[in-house]
Formats: sequence, structure tokens, C-alpha cells
Amino acid sequence: MALLEVEHLRIEFPTRRGTLVAVDDISFTIEEGEVLGVVGESGAGKSLTGASIIGLLEPPGRIADGIIRLNGRRIDNLSYEEMRRIRGREIGAIFQDPLTSLNPLYTVGRQLVETIQTHTNLGTGAARTRAVELLSEVGIPAPDRRIDGFPHEFSGGMRQRVVIALALAANPKLIVADEPTTALDVSIQAQIIALLKRLCREHGAAVMLITHDMGVIAETADRVAVMYAGRIAEIGPVLDVVKHPSHPYTEGLMGSIPIIGHRLERLTQIDGAMPRLNQIPKGCAFNPRCPKAFDRCREERPDLLPAGPTQSACWQAAPAGLTWTSTPPAAPVSQHD
Amino acid sequence: MTDTAAARGVEVQIKPVGAADLVVADDLGKKFDISPPLLNRVIERQGRVALKAVDGVSFSIPKGTTFSLVGESGCGKSTVARLLVGLYAPTSGRILFDGVDMAAARSRAEDKALRSRLQMIFQDPYASLNPRWRVRDIIAEPIRAFDLVSAEALDERVGELLTQVGLSPADGEKFPHEFSGGQRQRISIARALAGEPEFLVCDEPTSALDVSVQAQILNLMKDLQRKLGLTYLFISHNLAVVDHISDRIGVMYLGRLSEVASRDAVFMRPRHPYTRLLLDTIPDLDMTGRERVPVAGEVPSPINPPTGCAFHPRCPFANDRCKQERPDLLTAPEDGAQIACHAFQEGRLPAAGGRT
Repeated sequence: MALLEVEHLRIEFPTRRGTLVAVDDISFTIEEGEVLGVVGESGAGKSLTGASIIGLLEPPGRIADGIIRLNGRRIDNLSYEEMRRIRGREIGAIFQDPLTSLNPLYTVGRQLVETIQTHTNLGTGAARTRAVELLSEVGIPAPDRRIDGFPHEFSGGMRQRVVIALALAANPKLIVADEPTTALDVSIQAQIIALLKRLCREHGAAVMLITHDMGVIAETADRVAVMYAGRIAEIGPVLDVVKHPSHPYTEGLMGSIPIIGHRLERLTQIDGAMPRLNQIPKGCAFNPRCPKAFDRCREERPDLLPAGPTQSACWQAAPAGLTWTSTPPAAPVSQHD
Repeated sequence: MTDTAAARGVEVQIKPVGAADLVVADDLGKKFDISPPLLNRVIERQGRVALKAVDGVSFSIPKGTTFSLVGESGCGKSTVARLLVGLYAPTSGRILFDGVDMAAARSRAEDKALRSRLQMIFQDPYASLNPRWRVRDIIAEPIRAFDLVSAEALDERVGELLTQVGLSPADGEKFPHEFSGGQRQRISIARALAGEPEFLVCDEPTSALDVSVQAQILNLMKDLQRKLGLTYLFISHNLAVVDHISDRIGVMYLGRLSEVASRDAVFMRPRHPYTRLLLDTIPDLDMTGRERVPVAGEVPSPINPPTGCAFHPRCPFANDRCKQERPDLLTAPEDGAQIACHAFQEGRLPAAGGRT
């Protein structure tokens, strides 16, 4: 049994002009100790998926359909109080901006001790010792002194370390990390990724790593799910998705990332932009931008089907005889938005 | 200059003002006064405090090429961009644009003519377009300001500019909120091109965009450069983007240039330890399984920078000299790259492989 199972999750936003479907029928699993990367452009629904797993979906957004199971137990329909007990102890969360995840009025020590005591029955003294241990584990120098510092006395990278310490405080089995390095400088980003990787391995925690940075995914994740317009376009082992993408969107996405040393005159360009939620086209959501779209793509929505080592929601990549990894990259296209 | 440096044939760089250089920054410096208020200074007996955002920065950009500045937040790269377009006045040094000193006194008409030749593209396409103006008026503003075309030809020119950046002339009637981030950045570029500039300062133009949209904008910028012979100063913290677009690259650290070299030299033969650090932090998309060793430490505060070489607290090759004496930007004889590093100049830096 997988640690986390998400089945047919659908997230809706009711508005005066009709219901917007932000996440549409997505299913995936995360095994124990596994790092699943979730990548996609802004508005693809990746953060909403993460928020619905930790039960922090902001109204009016709501889970309209589907099931989320953690360790076999259904968690998508729990009350706020029940979810609060799971959050922190069984699912830890790391967000993009470390300044908003920490309370500016309390010392980091107080916040850590509070978190530890909420989820364990340690006394104040023992909880404080554990907090110092955690801070030293995440690489904060002189943790016994820094524990009495306020968040503003820490730099951005150090703050994110404190947030990681908070997320790990109760030894959760799953950590949802939503853009944990996006607000940081590149050299600090490398430190935080290495730290996250090491700690999750040591604690045996699985990670759902949400980011728009394919480089971070390539370096950290075991498997990756590529999201587009509220659906999973492709999911599979990270090496296969990065090196041999089978969905045209993944292929375009990989080609549009400038890579050092690949001296291309032009980057692969996916024309246009992701559709707005109220204008998602019929059939495959990617079909208006897809260089390989044919009639079926405009009519019928493809499901996630095995395509070689990965699963791909694409009629072309479907196993109906078309093996397709060696076709040339997307044809050069005009630059009209 | 030291004996060891002389022995290796390294000499102090004297900036030649080449005829082909469109823009020359010469020993540029900018200090910001961050002193406490007068009353506090009197009562608490504190002196004035100055933050050196940019210190002794010199570079030149030949016509039709792209010069990039890279560095982490707070290294002064955006301040250099603002100095070049005249949004800040330099505290020291000078800027030559096509041989003309930007600070020299000029008549209003001359000034206008000069200013129309340089334009800027900002990072955030949401903040840099007036939400209450139609796109047509946003793009027409520089044309009107510099009296470039007659009133009758204005609409046609705006349509032409919109087409040039991959939008349609009909989009001129819309407001900025009707466009996505990438399209807005196209509008920003159209507005910058409206003044018929030769030199564009682009301050992180793709940092706020998704990768697929970033690719569209980078391709557009390259096309426009080829077509219109533009010269770019490109500011970015993303080395992969810089590698894609640049001819020459300057790496900045705490307000100073630590390395200036051609794109190939920076990426294939990085010499300054900070450049090597930056290259090493790029996530590995080639999936070679290379283990990265994250470098410890963070960028120090520019208010109270370290003595000597500002990078010495994080540098694995730092010795006593690095802690005391600030290295100058010296030219390496083999390829004309400029490096400000004692360890390199003394030849005690191990060779490093670049990223190919």
C-alpha cells in the first residue's frame, strides 16, 4: 500500500460566472520514503493539489470529488480539528516564503517547542533539548544560542532551515514542500536542496516537492508528475521524463529550458500560453499549442496511459502501436501568442 | 600589483575606449546614504553611514552585442542598470554612451536625443505598465515624447511595433490586465523599442515568467537584436539564461566585479572561485548524477563588507592576503578575461573544469 493515494481528485472554485475546475481528475501515489516532484507552470494546479493534501485549501476552493488516503486512511473528508492533528504529525509542510510560515512575534525556539509539544508528550525542558537538536540537524550554527532568536534575526536561507526543522519536528511520514527554494538565491538554493534530500532520507520521510524549476526536480526527485491546466500530462521516473519525455508538453517544456553548454541559437518554443480556467479547450487541454495534435486530440480527452517507462496523457504517446520517443523535437513554430 | 602577478605577465587593466564600444562604464560607483536621522546622530553620537552598492565597476559593451551582469541578490547589478539609464546619478566614475559623457552638461534637445537612444525593460511586467492606459497609449508615449513620427503615422507605427513583438495591432485597444505575463513583457519590449533605441537595459526581464514563456521572450530578444542591431545590458541571476543570451559576462559580488570574460571563458574556464561556486550551484538537468558540494555561507551584508576580498569568508582558497588586501581586476594574458582574485594571480588556484 502506498503512503499517499490520491484518486480522481477534483478541485473547484464556484464563482458567479460558473464553476471553475482548477484540478481535474488527477490520481497519483507516493510510496514511503519517495520524493515525488510536481512540476508545471503557474496556474497548472500543482499548489492546489498540495494544499488539498495538507487540508489547507482556501475557500471558496473545495474538493468536489475524489479521495485522498494517507496510510490507507481517508483524510479528504476530515473535520478541521481532526485534520489539525494530522497536520504536523503525519504530514509536514514547507512553503515558499519562510517569513510567512514563521510567527514574527515569537522566538524560533518557542515555535519549535510548541510544535514538538503539540505532537509528543515531552516536557518543556526535553522539548527544548529536542528543538536545539533539530536546529543543529538543519545546520544552524550555535543552535543553543540561536534558538532564542526571532525570525527577523535570521537570513532567508537560515529561516528556511528553521521551517524545515519545524516540518520535521514530529517526524512526519510525508512532507509537502511547495516551492521551498524559489525565494532563495542560487547558492542558498543548492544548500537547502541538499539539506532537504539528506534529512528526508535520514528520517525516512516521503516528499511531495512542488516547484516550477525542472532543475530542482531533476536533482531531487525519484518520480515526477508534469501538470498542465489542472491535469497530469505525464508521470514517471525522473530520468525517463527528463531525458525521454513522451508528452509533447513535457518535450516542449524541457526544450524551453536553457541549459549551460547547450549552445542553441533558439530555444524550443511552445507557442501561446496555458489556457485560462474558464477557457480550457475541448479534448486535450494542450491541443491548441501542440505541434502534433490531430483530430482526436480536439475531440476526446486522453487519459493517463502507459507510454514506455512513463505514463502519458497523450493520444500520440498511447501504446496503440505508436512508439514515439525518437521523433524529432517540435517543429519550429511562429511566435505569435 | 604584486611581483608574482607581474611574473605571470598580468598587468593592471587600463580601459581602452574603443571606437566600437557603444557603452562604457568607467570606475562607476554608487553610495546610498543610510544614516540614521540627524537627531539620532546628534544624540547617539553616530556618524553618517554609507552603503556602497556599486564600487569601482568598469566594463564596455561593443555595439550589437550583449553584456550580462550576474550575481545574487544585493550584489549591485540592478543598481548598475539604473545608473546606466540615468535613474540614479553615479557617486563616482562616469558613463560614456557612444563616446559622450552622460553626466556632461547638454542642451535640452541634445539630452532628449541622447535619452531616446537608450531604453529599459523591467522585471515585473505587472508593475511596469500603467493599468489605466490602453496598450496603444503605453507604446505611443515614447514616440510622442521624442517626436519620432507625425500624429497621422502614430497608429500605424504602434501597430508595427505590436507586430514586431508578436502581438496583433488590434491588441492596442486593450488594457494591460487583459494580457498574460509573457504578453505584458512583450508590451514592455514594444514600448522600449518605440523610442528607436540602440541600447536596451534589461533588468531580469524573464525572472517573473514561466520557463516556456521565458523561452518565447529570450527568442524574441535575440531576433530583435539580429534584426535591429541592438546592444543589450542583460541583468540576471540565472546563469543558464545568461549563457544563452550573452557575448560577454560580468560576475558581481557585493558591489564589485569579480570576473569579466567572454561567455565561453566564464562557462568553460571559470577562474574566480565565486564564479565556480555559482556554476556549481546550477541544478543538473543533464542527469549525470554529479554530486554537488554546496558551498557554505551566505552573502555578507553590504553595509559592513568583509575586509580584503569580499568573498574571502566563503572562499576555500582564501589566505591571509585575501583577508587584508582587496584584489584588483587584472587581465589574464591568455584570453583577456579579467579576474579579481589573489589566488588566481598568484597561481595557487587549482584548474577547474567548466560546464560543457
